[in-house]
Amino acid sequence: MNDSLDPRINRLKLNKTDDPCKVEEGENWNVFEVFHQEKRGAHHEHVGCVHAPDAGLALVFAKEQFGRRKKCVNLWVVRSADILAFDVEDEDMFANNLEKTYRDASGFKVMEKINKFKAQAKQANDK
Amino acid sequence: MLLNQLIKELITKMGDDELILGHRNSEWTGLGPVMEEDIAFSSMAQDKIGHSWALYRILHEELGGEDPDQFAFMRSEKDFKCCHLTEMPIGSYDFSLMRHFLFDHAETVRYNSMLQSSFLPLQQLARKVRGELKYHTLHADAWIMQLCRAGEESYLKMQTALDNCFQLACGIFEAGPDDKQLAAENVYPGEEALYEQWIEAIYPVLVKASLNMPERKQPVYGGRYGKHTAYLQPLLNEMGEVFRLNPEATW
Repeated sequence: MNDSLDPRINRLKLNKTDDPCKVEEGENWNVFEVFHQEKRGAHHEHVGCVHAPDAGLALVFAKEQFGRRKKCVNLWVVRSADILAFDVEDEDMFANNLEKTYRDASGFKVMEKINKFKAQAKQANDK
Repeated sequence: MLLNQLIKELITKMGDDELILGHRNSEWTGLGPVMEEDIAFSSMAQDKIGHSWALYRILHEELGGEDPDQFAFMRSEKDFKCCHLTEMPIGSYDFSLMRHFLFDHAETVRYNSMLQSSFLPLQQLARKVRGELKYHTLHADAWIMQLCRAGEESYLKMQTALDNCFQLACGIFEAGPDDKQLAAENVYPGEEALYEQWIEAIYPVLVKASLNMPERKQPVYGGRYGKHTAYLQPLLNEMGEVFRLNPEATW
């Protein structure tokens, strides 16, 4: 078996098939999802992921990876494996959403009232 | 000697340290151990070069020095005042990482001491680079902890790297002949005071990582007086190669 270009794979010594495969602490890196906060109080938004041996280093990596160009005041990292998600085949649970238009917030016609209120306020100010 | 001349010498050695180590660390770009680290380390190398540019600009704008680019790329080797630690080749990653850890903590105590400097441009710069340096030492500390806890092979490499770097790093604090005057004028507290603060900063991290801190037995001096290792001249040749094709060109 050829050696891999990745030293982490080589360290597993996979070619010795009889030996149990042992992974040292910190050797098997995890994927961490990164969330970016643009200003205090704003939502943290998902921007991508980094590989790291632990959460501390994931945050260190995320800072240069995702926090060095645009405005940023804070970052979150969370291990991708800790995220609970639906299975892909459960997508059908959401299938009829488009028909249930009565649930759309767009159904509330408030702009007229808001515009009327603004006009009144302006009138009052002008007087 | 005139105070301004002393400040000039202080800023020159600071700027040269940052330029040379910034260049050295940038040699890892594209070769870092993993992509995330490659980006982080390259970015911090850029920060260092940025610090040197800021320092050379103070020389130029406040102290009648040369144009920063000319000063960086056209000087001869003996006019550089960087310490030997910064000149050493990148070696393997454990060496480069340990050098980064020792140097950036030294840089942090140096700039922190200048937050109260009587020389205003240094005080302003110290305030400006504070956040960057906070990240640099956070990064360095996290890696030291990680690698010292990643098995015997890794731990031994880090201890060896520390042993190889330590006397060189003590050379950062090679005293200048006029440190007392600079301290008396509140420009900065002088090299010996910074050395003590540096030990206080790195010691807790080393203890946490179970590393043995060597004693300051034979600090590697000479750089501050223009005496350098054989590694500096080839670095200067490479660094200034393009600039010297046409020193008058506008970039």
